[in-house]
Amino acid sequence: MPQSLDYLKETPSQTAGPYVHIGLAPGAAGFDIYREELGWDIAGPNAKGDRIRVEGIVIDGTGSPVKDVLIEAWQANSEGVYAHPEHPGDVEDGFRGWGRVITNFETGEWGFDTVKPGAVPGRSGTLMAPHINLWVVARGINVGLNTRLYFSDEEAANSNDPVINLIEWENRRKTLIAQRTERDGQIVYRFDIRLQGEDETVFFDI
Amino acid sequence: MKKPGEFYQRDREWHPPAYDKDYKTSVARSPKNALISLQNSMSEITGPVFGHNDIDAIDNDLLSNYAQDGQSPIGERIILHGRVLDENARPLPNTLVEIWQANAGGRYRHKKDTYLAPIDPNFGGCGRTLTDENGYYYFRTVKPGAYPWRNWVNNWRPAHIHMSVFGTAFAQRLITQVYFEGDPLIHKCPIVNTIPDPDAIERLIAPLDLNATIPLDTIAYKFDVVLRGRRSTLFENRLEGN
Ligand SMILES: [Fe+3]
Repeated sequence: MPQSLDYLKETPSQTAGPYVHIGLAPGAAGFDIYREELGWDIAGPNAKGDRIRVEGIVIDGTGSPVKDVLIEAWQANSEGVYAHPEHPGDVEDGFRGWGRVITNFETGEWGFDTVKPGAVPGRSGTLMAPHINLWVVARGINVGLNTRLYFSDEEAANSNDPVINLIEWENRRKTLIAQRTERDGQIVYRFDIRLQGEDETVFFDI
Repeated sequence: MKKPGEFYQRDREWHPPAYDKDYKTSVARSPKNALISLQNSMSEITGPVFGHNDIDAIDNDLLSNYAQDGQSPIGERIILHGRVLDENARPLPNTLVEIWQANAGGRYRHKKDTYLAPIDPNFGGCGRTLTDENGYYYFRTVKPGAYPWRNWVNNWRPAHIHMSVFGTAFAQRLITQVYFEGDPLIHKCPIVNTIPDPDAIERLIAPLDLNATIPLDTIAYKFDVVLRGRRSTLFENRLEGN
């Protein structure tokens, strides 16, 4: 027998189940317990850049809205800096770049307000197009699904993005592009996530 | 300055697959295409940072964080404690751990739960804490009850506590469930059995920890969490070099 490597194994994932809100968004479960819930304000009041809203729906393989999803968003600020000690540079006071959003139990619609992130460093000196990293959990999802939201008005940057270009099937790349619209003077990006079936969203093993 | 490198790739044969016919809700919610494998960039090696300003000291005490003055929830009083480590066995300090669970009767405080077991007026069912400098965390709570769920006609979830853990990177994000040693329902549960490797299932079963009990007061279970580990190479070199 050779020597043992002595690595530990990662704890196996289990579904978040239908009652994920109790733990991560208790107000939505129907009760008030914490001084403040986490993740409701992604950018904070001092963030520079364009204020945007992101909206969407998660659709299952039968074409039905998934009404018990919880999504976490992770993004850089408008200058492309993540609020993390390993990212060189500073972010605005109060900018965390992380948020939680849950779906409306009746319609499955979700949405959050933030600022549009800047381009961030990729591998080997490349630059990645502005994007928001999303992590989707729900009943029936055994391991949280990672995807990325890119912006329809960043065509040039998107076409050079090293991650988008990793996707061999060009017709699947569009599943990662949120479509820009304006409503009452506000910038709104629409991003529907399809878990399965036609136009299934690209998910990543990160 | 020497910085840690990329995260070890997730062992997808150790985790449950997206699709499992015996866990029926997964059937229409599982992607059919292969995941696209990404090498870590700044977007994956960073993640949200939490501090003591975000939470209150009482948040990890489910025996009191929703109870009326002088009262406490019904059920077996337990301590759930352990450490958060990475695959290199290094403790992860200052990491957010959040839990949620049913009450002792198996009922959740959730507007969508209609199980006939009663709501406990003194039990909310959620808690959160940050690990200390040694990666250690603990909660006080009651042992949750088993509850029925619609999958096959007669499925019962084993007693379990849902747990969400962050680590330092978005790539480490994990939600899992904690089961309790000796529960005969564990190996009959289709959600448990989405995990293909019997050794992996054992990793989710918290043993009774008599040493950590408080005599005449609270019994204890120990549950260590392992998040993905990292290479020790210079990150910049790795990025530029290949
Ligand atoms: Fe549960």
